[in-house]
Amino acid sequence: MVHTFKALGQYLAADVNSGAVHVLDAVSYDLLSRIEGPMEGDLPEELAAALPQHPREELAESWDELKSLQEAGLLFSTDSYLDPEAAMALPKAALVKALCLHVSHDCNLRCRYCFASTGDFGTGRKIMDFETAKKAIDWVVAKSGPRRNIEVDFFGGEPLMAMDTVKKTVAYARSLEEAHNKRFRFTITTNGILLNQENIDWINREMSNVVLSLDGRPSVNDAMRPTINGKGSYDVIVPKFQKLVATRGEKDYYLRGTFTRQNLDFAEDVFHIASLGFRHVSVEPASGDRDDPYAIREEDLPAVEAEYEKLAAGLIGRKDINFFHFNVDLSQGPCVIKRLRGCGAGCEYVAVTPDGDIYPCHQFVGKEEYRMGSVHDGSFDMAISDKFANQNIYTRPACRTCWARFYCSGGCSASNLLVNGDISLSNETACAMERKRLECAIAMKAISAGMGEAPAKPAENCEDCALCD
Amino acid sequence: MKHIQTLNGATLKASAAKGGCGECQTSCQSACKTSCTVANQKCENQ
Repeated sequence: MVHTFKALGQYLAADVNSGAVHVLDAVSYDLLSRIEGPMEGDLPEELAAALPQHPREELAESWDELKSLQEAGLLFSTDSYLDPEAAMALPKAALVKALCLHVSHDCNLRCRYCFASTGDFGTGRKIMDFETAKKAIDWVVAKSGPRRNIEVDFFGGEPLMAMDTVKKTVAYARSLEEAHNKRFRFTITTNGILLNQENIDWINREMSNVVLSLDGRPSVNDAMRPTINGKGSYDVIVPKFQKLVATRGEKDYYLRGTFTRQNLDFAEDVFHIASLGFRHVSVEPASGDRDDPYAIREEDLPAVEAEYEKLAAGLIGRKDINFFHFNVDLSQGPCVIKRLRGCGAGCEYVAVTPDGDIYPCHQFVGKEEYRMGSVHDGSFDMAISDKFANQNIYTRPACRTCWARFYCSGGCSASNLLVNGDISLSNETACAMERKRLECAIAMKAISAGMGEAPAKPAENCEDCALCD
Repeated sequence: MKHIQTLNGATLKASAAKGGCGECQTSCQSACKTSCTVANQKCENQ
């Protein structure tokens, strides 16, 4: 399977199964777009006739070049190097190695799009006690088997409301590392309200990664992320985030925002966040069902896709912004085995609530039929786990024919459930956005490698694309 | 080549031979928590 596309003024082709990516000229683009493959013989006369805008000699040259790529395994390659049956069996052997630890089902903001029902996941406002957190750590140490690296994300609600539990949990986990040959990597996802110098210093010392929630421009952030009293949060959190990042050094962090169908000009929010001095930025679509007033709908896609293109065009040549979803590593990213199965929710990765209940991931918390067990009694429903382990790019119907499958790895089960009532049925709106992000990311790679040219602006503004904005 | 430049080779194929150790970061843990991208994750074996 070959995906040909235009993005940022570039002509591109992705050979899905090999991972090869090619930058084309107009002749080879028009030609390849009409070839289903595999290619045999000389340039077919009907193809040449279908492209009268290009000289036949140029088309024949292009045909030969494309054919040589096919012979080198860089075009129309098959995935016969993978046995789908064996690939499907792989995740069943996977061990739990990542926890989303819901230390707080309470929050000091009332974000309008919150999938967690403003923090309590519909299950009542609670803080996890240390005994429960300790059992969660013991449980993941046991369940991770020989895997050395274990990730724990302190999540909520707002985890800084449970700072005592967070600190004790980190100290306890560290105390187990040597004896069990484990390495814990901690992340905390915070809205920033309770950040102070003491916990900033502690976070920068102990957390491998910090996710700081900010939606962008003051008006956008404050409309969506008010305090309990209905006031805006921007002026409170931004100085605290700046203080944290100023002493973070080279450790990972992300300013993480959400865009909704009410700010489809979200590129402005990315640039605004960068203007505050934050380099690592992730601004993502709100999740929700088809009737959600904030989640992106199918009819919003043309505007969202144009906005991604505008964002990508604006990021070319800028070293001061690392936009999470355009940060695709074409040559040294994860192995193909990882790419088959995605996030690992319900098998490699689970969420634990303040009561110690286990769910496939943070987005399933509160959906009783997906409760998998408890860290208090060690129960873990393998029937549910197996159902999630079976989710991969060969078993999800829409992934089998999607060019982006090895880049996105099958999408999000929770999103599928919300929109289509089935964890296997892909949320096509989310898929369309993911594909556009990937096209932009690949085009940016081509431009930064000097293989393409920066998108040329037309002499006069038109409304055909976002380049004039 | 006159008409085509290759930006990236058959790296996916090459990775199949040595992949699957499972030590890498869980993709949803890095920044997103709502939308999945795996291709930007780091390999622990590089």
